[in-house]
Amino acid sequence: MAQTHASEGQGHSIRLYLVTWAWLFILSACSYLVDYLHLQGNLRWSLILLFMILKAGLIVAIFMHMAWEHLALVYAILVPPLVVFVFVGIMVYESDYTLITRQIAFAVGQ
Amino acid sequence: MEQTVVREKGQAPVQARPGGWRGFVADWSSDQRTFKEVPWGKAMMWIFLLSDTFVFSCFLISYMTVRMSTVVPWPNPSEVFALTIGGTSVPLILIAIMTFVLISSSGTMAMAVNFAYRRDRLRSARLMLATAALGATFVGMQALEWSKLIHEGVRPWGNPWGAPQFGSTFFMITGFHGTHVTFGVIFLLITARKVLRGDYDHGARGFFTSRRGNYESVEIMGLYWHFVDLVWVFIFAFFYLW
Repeated sequence: MAQTHASEGQGHSIRLYLVTWAWLFILSACSYLVDYLHLQGNLRWSLILLFMILKAGLIVAIFMHMAWEHLALVYAILVPPLVVFVFVGIMVYESDYTLITRQIAFAVGQ
Repeated sequence: MEQTVVREKGQAPVQARPGGWRGFVADWSSDQRTFKEVPWGKAMMWIFLLSDTFVFSCFLISYMTVRMSTVVPWPNPSEVFALTIGGTSVPLILIAIMTFVLISSSGTMAMAVNFAYRRDRLRSARLMLATAALGATFVGMQALEWSKLIHEGVRPWGNPWGAPQFGSTFFMITGFHGTHVTFGVIFLLITARKVLRGDYDHGARGFFTSRRGNYESVEIMGLYWHFVDLVWVFIFAFFYLW
């Protein structure tokens, strides 16, 4: 699919967009239900992430036509954001440290 | 996928390129133009969106950091953003409606791009105006949300329910996103006007860059708009649902 003519997305039928739209509605409703049904813990977090990734994937692949672009562009755009995970890792470590420092300082201070 | 390739006049015919990984390596090597068959405007918009991804990533990561490191409980977004409708408190309802509005605007935008490439000016412009109207509705509801929270005492330095960082991250993240939506609406109106006038059919020069535009501008506009929707997906998941 990726090697077809990339830049012009005009060959697609309107139906494709309507189906994507419907799926985005369904997924959004699902993620809202996660909150509405008061799901907690790991189930809640994994469902939130699942629906988020599915929605983001649909938007990027179909609405933004990434599914029909050349791999050269796809990887140039989609690979760099992966380094954000490194940043997330660093900051998780950092915030754990900050939390422990605060807990110790506040406990000693009282 | 049926594909009808419409090429602009004067554009050099593109020879068949290898697909898959061979194509990836061929495009990136040998000191040549990498993004073949990709208009420069579109490549530049993608690179801008990549940089914007990092901006929003920084906001969401800083939000994660303050939320993880606070010793005070974080306010429950489900209750903070609840609205009382008909006597019962419905959690997060305004945010849910905002999500549906923004997704709908993405749907209309995707179809506007499609009709623009089919040279259906009227439908394309109408769909873009519908997108702009939905975007304006979204910003309006966000203004409502902000005034409600400010009225309830949420400030960047504190709030009645818990960790004071809640207000600063909320105003920063949703404010920056709302600004993106607002600019998107303005550019949508400009692009819709150009489409309606037929600027892209007879290559009228733009008022700012003095360059001749074409219907790729509608797709580039669409990329920006879908990105705004994309960012909201992440904000909705991490800020409102988590």
